[in-house]
This record gives sequence, C-alpha cells and structure tokens, in this order.
Amino acid sequence: MLTLLVILPAVAGVLALLSKDLRIDLTLLVATAVAHLVATAWLWGGASGPELDSLLMLDMPGRLFLSITSVIFLCVTLYTIPYIRHGTHDKPVSLQRFVPCLLWFLSAMSLVAVTQHLALMWAAVEGTTLASAPLVYFYRRQGALEASWKYLLLCSVGIALALLGTFFLGIAAAGTSAGASDLTLAGLVRAAPFMARPWLKAAFVLALVGYGTKMGLAPLHTWLPDAHSEAPSPVSALLSGALLNCAFLAILRFYQVCLASEDSEFAKHLLVLLGMASLGLASAFMVSQRDYKRLLAYSSIENMGIMAVGMGLGGAASYGALLHAVNHSLCKAGLFLLAGNVLRAFGTTKAREVRGVLGRLPATGVLLLALLLAIGGAPPFGPFWSEFLIFQSALDGAHAWLGILFVSLLAVAFLGMAGVLLPMLSGGLGNLDERSAEHRLSVLPPLVLASAALLMGVYIPPALAEALRQAAGVVGG
Amino acid sequence: MTGYADFILLVVVVLDLYVVATSRLASCVHASAFQGVALALLSVALWAPSYKGGVDGHLLHLAFLSIGTLLVKALVIPQLVLRAIREANVRREVEPFVSLHLSVLIAAVLVGISFWLSSVLVLPIPAPTTLLVPVAFATVLVGFLVLVSRKKAVTQVVGYLMVENGIFIFGQTLVQRIPFAVELGILLDLLVGVFVMGIAIHHISRAFDHIDTELLSALKD
Amino acid sequence: MAMELALHVVVLLTTPLLLLGVIQKTKAWFAGRSGPPLLQPYFDFWKLLHKGAVYSRTTTWLFRAGPIVGVATALCAGLVLPLIGARSPLGFSGDIILFAYLLGLGRFFAMSAALDTGSSFEGMGASREAAFSAFAEPALLLCLAILCVPARSVGFADAFAALRSAPPGFSHPTYLAAALGLFAVLLAENSRIPVDDPNTHLELTMIHEVMVLDHGGPDLAFVLYGSAMKLFVVGALLVHVILPPPLEGGWEGAGVLVGGQLGLAIGVGCVESMMARLRLPRVPQFLVGASVLAGVGLAALLYRGTA
Repeated sequence: MLTLLVILPAVAGVLALLSKDLRIDLTLLVATAVAHLVATAWLWGGASGPELDSLLMLDMPGRLFLSITSVIFLCVTLYTIPYIRHGTHDKPVSLQRFVPCLLWFLSAMSLVAVTQHLALMWAAVEGTTLASAPLVYFYRRQGALEASWKYLLLCSVGIALALLGTFFLGIAAAGTSAGASDLTLAGLVRAAPFMARPWLKAAFVLALVGYGTKMGLAPLHTWLPDAHSEAPSPVSALLSGALLNCAFLAILRFYQVCLASEDSEFAKHLLVLLGMASLGLASAFMVSQRDYKRLLAYSSIENMGIMAVGMGLGGAASYGALLHAVNHSLCKAGLFLLAGNVLRAFGTTKAREVRGVLGRLPATGVLLLALLLAIGGAPPFGPFWSEFLIFQSALDGAHAWLGILFVSLLAVAFLGMAGVLLPMLSGGLGNLDERSAEHRLSVLPPLVLASAALLMGVYIPPALAEALRQAAGVVGG
Repeated sequence: MTGYADFILLVVVVLDLYVVATSRLASCVHASAFQGVALALLSVALWAPSYKGGVDGHLLHLAFLSIGTLLVKALVIPQLVLRAIREANVRREVEPFVSLHLSVLIAAVLVGISFWLSSVLVLPIPAPTTLLVPVAFATVLVGFLVLVSRKKAVTQVVGYLMVENGIFIFGQTLVQRIPFAVELGILLDLLVGVFVMGIAIHHISRAFDHIDTELLSALKD
Repeated sequence: MAMELALHVVVLLTTPLLLLGVIQKTKAWFAGRSGPPLLQPYFDFWKLLHKGAVYSRTTTWLFRAGPIVGVATALCAGLVLPLIGARSPLGFSGDIILFAYLLGLGRFFAMSAALDTGSSFEGMGASREAAFSAFAEPALLLCLAILCVPARSVGFADAFAALRSAPPGFSHPTYLAAALGLFAVLLAENSRIPVDDPNTHLELTMIHEVMVLDHGGPDLAFVLYGSAMKLFVVGALLVHVILPPPLEGGWEGAGVLVGGQLGLAIGVGCVESMMARLRLPRVPQFLVGASVLAGVGLAALLYRGTA
C-alpha cells in the first residue's frame, strides 16, 4: 500500500508524458489524486506494516504530513482543470510536461512522508526539487527563469549539505557499540544515546541548514519569494502548502534522533533562533510588499518560522507546531488558488493595480477576506489556536520575552498583509456588469480549504487531535 | 594499498585547486571529469584489500558502484555540461568575483582549514585511510568557493559537482553500510539534477543572451 | 672515504655541461633534427675561455663578480648536497638552509651584475628574475620542509636517511608532491620553458639570457658553467627525492645519480619541446600553484604525523 502511494503517481506521470492529449492528462491527474486520497484515508483506518525491507514505514508524523499533502493535492488538481484551459494570458513553455511533473512531484512528496530511511528520504527531497523546477519555470518569462535557476541551485546545494549531515549521522551511529550503522530512524534512535556528540551536533546543524533551505527558514530563504511568486498559482499552492511541510518533516527526523540522545538543548535553541529570524525577516518584508504573490510567499516563510519556534519550544508547543502545519497548509493553499483567480481577472500581480476584487469576483473576494483573517491568526479560524498554543507555551516556559516578541511579529505580519490585501478587495466599481466569470472549479477548492480552516478553529475532530498528540509525542519534546 | 588511495586523494586535491586556478570553462569541466575517474578508482582502491576472492554480493556492489560512478561522473555529466557550454554560445572564460590568484590562495587556506577540522572532528570508526576525511572536507569547501565566487552559471554547476564529489568521498567511510538502492538513488539524483540544470542554462542563455548570474537580479524587494 | 669525496667532486665538476647537451639533443630529436654534438657545451666552454672580454666603462667590480659568485655558490651548494652517498664534503646538520641561501646568493649577484651595466635590457631581466624568484622561493622552501619534517632535522644527511627508510615511490604521495614542486622550481630557477625560453633571440622576451647579454669571453664561460652546475645541483636534489642516495658512496651511487640526472635532462627537453613559454603574468600563477601543491603535501604529511 505504501509502495503503491509512491509508485502510482510516478507511473501515471510517465503515462501522462507519453500521451499527447491534454484531456487524458487531466483525467489521469484527477484519478491519481482521488486514488491517492482514498489510499491515505484507508491507511488511517488500519495500521500498516513496514514494506520494502523496512525502507518504507508509516508512523504518526508521516501519516499526518501524507494526509495534508494528499488533501492539498486533490484541491489543487480540481483547480487546475479550468486553470490549464484558461490560465493566465502568459505563454507557457511546455504545456505537455505540466501534468507529468505534478504527478512526479506527488510521488516524491509521498516518498518523503512514508520512508523511515534517512538516505532514501534525502533522495526523495532531492526528487521534489527536480520535479518542481520545471513547474516553477512554466511561463516563458525572464522572471520565471531567474526564479527557477535560483530555486534549483540553492535547493540542490542545500540538499547536498543535508546529505553530508546524513552521512555524519551515519558515522556517529557507526561509532556506537551497535557496530553496524543503520540509517533507518529506528536504528538511529536506538543508537542515539551512545553517539559521539560532535558528529551528532554537526549532523543536526547540517541537516537544519540543508533542509532548512528547502523549508524556507531565514537566512536561507532567498529563493522562496521568487519561486513561489513566479510559479503558476496551483504550483505555488502546492509548494507552500505541501512541499515546505515535507522539508519540515525531514528536519524533524533529525530532531527526533537528537531528542533520543538526550542532548538536545542546542537543537532546540537553533530551531527557535532560526524560527524567530524567519518570523522577523518575513514580517519586515511583508509590510512594504508591492506584489501580492510575493506577499503570500513571505507569509509562508513567516509561518515556517512559527512552526520552527513551536517545535523548538517543545511540549505543548510542538503539538501547536504540528497543528499549525495543518492549518497553514489549508489556508496558504487556498490563498494561492484565490490569487490565481485574481491574477486571471486583473492580469497583474502588482497589488496597487488591483482594485475592487469583491465587486468583480465576489466569491473569490469573500474567501480571500476570510483566509486573510485566518492566516493572520484571527479567531475563529484554525491558525489562531495553533499560534496561541505556541505563545502560551512560551510564556509558561519562562520565555516571556520570546512570547511577546512572537506575538508582536505576528501582529506586524498581519498588519502588513492586511495593508496589501484589503485595498485590493475594496474600491473599484461595484458595477454588477463588471463581474468576471468565475468557474465553479476555481472557487470550490478554496471554499473547501477555507471551510476546513474554519472547522479547525471551531472544532478539531478527536481523531485528528489524538493523531496530533501522538505525532507531537514522537517528534516533539 | 592505502598508498594508492592516498595518492588518488592527493590527485583529487590537486584537481580541486586546478578548477579554482583555471580560467577556461572547458578546463573546469574536464578537471571535474578527471575527479570522477579518480573517485571511481578510489572506491576500488579502498575496498579491494578486503576482497577475499570469488564473485559475491560484495564484489558486485563494488563493481556497480565504481562503474556507475565512472559513467555518471566522468562521462555523462561532463558531456551534458560541455554541451550546455557549446549551446550557450558564450565567451568560454571563467568570470570570477575574486581574481584567480586570490582564489587559489583562499583555496589553499581552505585546504589547511579542512586538515585542522579533521584533526578536531575525529572519526569514531576506523577510517580506511587517514587522508579521506580531510580531503572530503577540502573538496566540499573548495567546491563552495567555486560556487560562490564565480559568475557564470556553468561554473556554479561545476562547483556543485565538486561539493557532491566531496560528499561522495565522505560517504566512502560508510559505503558498506548503506543499502545499495540508496546509493543508486543518490547517483541518479545527481544525474537528473545536472541534466535539469543544463536545460535551465540553455534556456537562460536563450532568454538573456548570457549566462552571467550576476545579472539575474531583476527579482528583488 | 677520501675516494668517495674525490668521486663526489669529480662528478660535480664534470657532469653539469653534459646535461645541457642532453637537453639540446632531446629538443633536436623532437624537432626531427640531428642537433649539435652531445659534448657541444664542453667545446663552447673551452672556446669561451680562450676569448677576450670587453668591459664597459660604466661597470664596476660587481659586473666581474657576478659570474664568479654564480659558479662559486653553485659549487658550494653541490658540495653541501650529498650526491653519491650519505655524506657530502661540506655537509653539516643545518645545511638545507645553507643550500637554499647559496642559490639565493648566486641569484642576487647575477641580478646585481645585470643592474651594474646600466642598460635597460639587463635591468628588465633583473626585475623579472627578482619577481619570479620571489614566487619560486616559497615553493622551494615548502618542498625542503617536506624533506625536513619526517627527519625532524634540517640537515640533508638526516633527510635522506628518513627518505631511505620511507616506503618508496608512489605509495608516498607527499614525496611525489615535493618532487612535482621541485620540478617546477627547477624550471623556474634555471630559466627553462615554461618560465623562460633559452633559445629566444628577442630581448624583450628574455629573462635570464638578457641579464648576461653584456658578458663575454671567460665571464660568459663561467656564466654557462655556473648555470649548468645550478641545473645539476637542483636536479640532483630532485633525483634524490625520488631515489635517495645509497648509504655507501661509490660508483653505484654515482651511477644512480648520473642516470637520474640524464633522465631528468631528457624530461626537461621533452617539456621544452611540448610546451610554449607561459605569458609573463601567468608565471606567478604557475609558481603559486607549485607552492600550493607543496603546501598541500606538507599539510598531508603533518596530518598523517598527528593522526
């Protein structure tokens, strides 16, 4: 079943590459997305054992991130159907490889979530970079080319560092009394208390820097605003909503090993440091942002910072961080899809040139307003609770200054976002004749995502809450 | 036999410095190809002593690894990059941010730092040869130097390849302990990565009429 | 013992000019010519000794001293370096430093003699020589350091004793690095391609040749002899790094040395035939590369010592 989750999208991607008909491609895409979601749901029902000689094994954090990926992917797939047909007015470089790359992207992300072997996980994360680079360079624009080059090079170099960190960890494990070095998570956790400390610390630092580049933690985030804003909107939604989580999961695996070694203070401090740096930097850049897609990209950096801080604080905050992963993915994916609608109607990503979204695209406008409040941390939406948990944990843990700084930066970020997005919504002509066509499928996925975000704020399903608690127990403190 | 491995490792360091010192694009790529050959020979030189005769899994593993490394790092990837250079139709010279003299001296300092680093970070397991860890660090650091201090996109790719080579050398300490499929995956990733980068360079040269990444700075806040 | 020392002196005095002949013959063979006779440098030396010299009124004693000091320092360096056995006539426990400085002294006097003429050609040659030897010096010293470290002493006798007990050839890559560095120093010190073309007739491209442009007769004979001896001495050092001299001096050691030197001369001839001279700004790069190579070898040696 786990192998199927990885192989099915890969095979579908090959088929989509071979077929020249766009309709067949789209059918394959939707079918695979639905099948993937069904398989993931089925996995929630029963436990699944290790497959492929213990290379693939699902634990609670993996299950969580896999489900997020699956849900976001289905929503994005549904959105893509009208998008590919009408899209934006830019010329695509090659329409033919859009769907295959999307499918391979899904395959690689699934592999990251289901594997327990750190080297295979590394290969999967590298695979996500390679599969998504053609997706970033989709439109024949110089900006897109520049963004995809930076993305490719920076992420590849970061991932090379992560490989070095993986090897360091393997060496640290090999030096223990266990003898043979086992790069599976279980083996590493078992050997952790006996590992040579310098190698373990160096491994974590390298993994944090390497996978942190992919996750968008400051100061390694420079590729993120470019890539997420130049990519087509469904791709941006996937990148922000699913890929950043995968990179976070990779860091968490290393964090798990550090926790097992009972010498994790430095790791916590590093996570909090990088998280706060991301928060601060992103908030600063969000305030005067002129491009609304770049604004959303910086918001992703900010939320990744929140997750890192939560994980670094540990305890209840790690539950909050994982909850925030879920919330952020829902909100950010919805926001990017809505941004795609706005871009199609107005033809520009400059916020100053967009006015009157509420009038011209009523459904989009309302959802945009709702998700803006959601991502900014306003109740009754989901992100409020996750951010509140982290804040509370900071205050409890005698880090009051940290908590206060945290909340102030969140406020700055919210004000920045509102300052850019609110003028876009209002103004313009309220003339009903100006209303642009809003295809059902461009509004339905964001509606679903926004409703889910609202649901998470009002009532978290007990199963999910339990899953989050278990996952936090595994990877948190 | 450690003598041969040490000799190969010293050749790797010399090639690192050669990449930093040369001013011709094609020479950079050729040096990288020679490094690939050296690495393939390295894996043979390190693990041949423990060969006990007969064809078994150990031998097959070793054969696949060295032949795979040779094919990918010494043949396919250099061909891809050379083709990118030809199609990009640009001036075939390295354009550095720091002068080549200074780069060579900085590279020498980095090699010294990596030797110091490996005396501080002692391996908990016996290394096949003492020069392995310092040369691995040196190649990674010098690869970063090339990556950071060169303007052309092609030389950035060569720098990335050198970083990967350094990590490969480091991985030789663990070669027996990682499943074979994973090593294959790592090699394949490298191949596809460079392939995609080559395509990107081709597009960059067509869209911008140059491959000077310093000019790729339109997107900023 | 005395025979050993006598053999050392005889080899030192008679063989250097032969090396020049071998280099010329190799280059001729590459070019498809038959070239001058093998012993031509000896004939040249003899001819020049019988010629008269003309001295310009602007020159002083420095001009006459240049070639003489050149021969003297090369001769002393040759007496300090063990050539055919474990010991040398003037060897002592600190002679590696003396060796390096003897070469430097010879170079200094050559440059001073050139500057003494007051002509701009010689001055240009002297300034180039000064610049290039400033770059060659670190390379030479780093290579000598590689010799000193295993022996923990600054004497040639100890250094070669340590070399003898080390595993030979390829399995000791640091000595190979030292040998390559020394080869680069050899090419630089003795004004061979790729640093300087000894056969060029264009003064603006010369370095060494132009410094001795105004010398004639016996002075020129000594210049020729001195440079040949310097080539012999540095070459002997290089040969010994690859093949250390045997403990007992004697015909065996002499045979090894002369054979190695002839091989080295053929190698230099090949390099001269296969490469062009480097552009002047590239020569420092070449020499810095040699220094860095020797430096890396030294670092590896020190690391292996501690590890």
